Amino acid sequence: MEKFAPVTRSEDGQPVRYLIVDDSVFARKNLARMVETFGGQVIGEAGDGVSAISEYERLTPDIVLMDITMPQTEGIEAAEKIVRDHPTARIVMVSSVGYQENIVAALQRGARHFVQKPVKAEVLYEVIKYVMRDDSAAQGAGAGV
Amino acid sequence: MRMELIQPFINSADAVLAELLESPVAIEKLTMEEEAYRRQGIAAEVCLSGEIEGRIIFDADRAAAAQLASRLAGAEVSATDEESVREAVCELANQIIGNAVTTLNDQGFHFHVRPPALHTSEQGSKSSEDTEALVMGFNTSSGNLFMNMALRYHRRRASERAVVAGHNS
Repeated sequence: MEKFAPVTRSEDGQPVRYLIVDDSVFARKNLARMVETFGGQVIGEAGDGVSAISEYERLTPDIVLMDITMPQTEGIEAAEKIVRDHPTARIVMVSSVGYQENIVAALQRGARHFVQKPVKAEVLYEVIKYVMRDDSAAQGAGAGV
Repeated sequence: MRMELIQPFINSADAVLAELLESPVAIEKLTMEEEAYRRQGIAAEVCLSGEIEGRIIFDADRAAAAQLASRLAGAEVSATDEESVREAVCELANQIIGNAVTTLNDQGFHFHVRPPALHTSEQGSKSSEDTEALVMGFNTSSGNLFMNMALRYHRRRASERAVVAGHNS
């Protein structure tokens, strides 16, 4: 797998900490392998939306990679609940079902970005960089006001 | 079954498999199935509900499934590692069917997809008058893959839409 320049947290230069949410163990393993090549650290995994919410509370990761189609609570609903309680949560939806209505619903409910499966490492890498930079840029702009 | 329902699945399977295998994929056969579906190897089933409803079974013979799992994982997956191979087939079904569902939704069909489930029974349900099953056979560099689609338009929803359209006119 291709090697990427590490993406780190702007505040302390530490590795980005990920929570990976997907009902497929196989997909979780693949995403974990991918984010490790970005210098990231997988601190937790969940197989459905309900576990994702509790794991977020417990671990407060820097980024959540969240599938949409899952048993029980689906990804968009879980993202909405997480963002309602943690407005700064960075959630990236990762799903094979990427129709416009779904993407809009995810973004309206607080997701920061959407990546369609099959996931290309270089696409996910750019999205992660963007989402991590997004906050530091916003904080920088805020500090100047 | 209308071509507008079938084409997105052919396109999606072609795109996802060709990219994964880095080689062209050919449709070897396209037949209407009248008898109950007979599983070929390791199979995953995805159910749809909404304006289009039914099920799609994605099926790979065992050797092909192990090779696909290795490609998908980016590392060797042994054919004896049944759990990983089954997981890989489910994930591949999810990607192929999910991409086709995306196209159909963007064309204006609204329906919901359930997560893939392993299809373990030797035979699937028989097709019926209003749920024709279409079997597509794909010839790939990893072996043979099959997709069995039994989909139909939701009649009640179609008639509801006609009523709404009548009220609005």
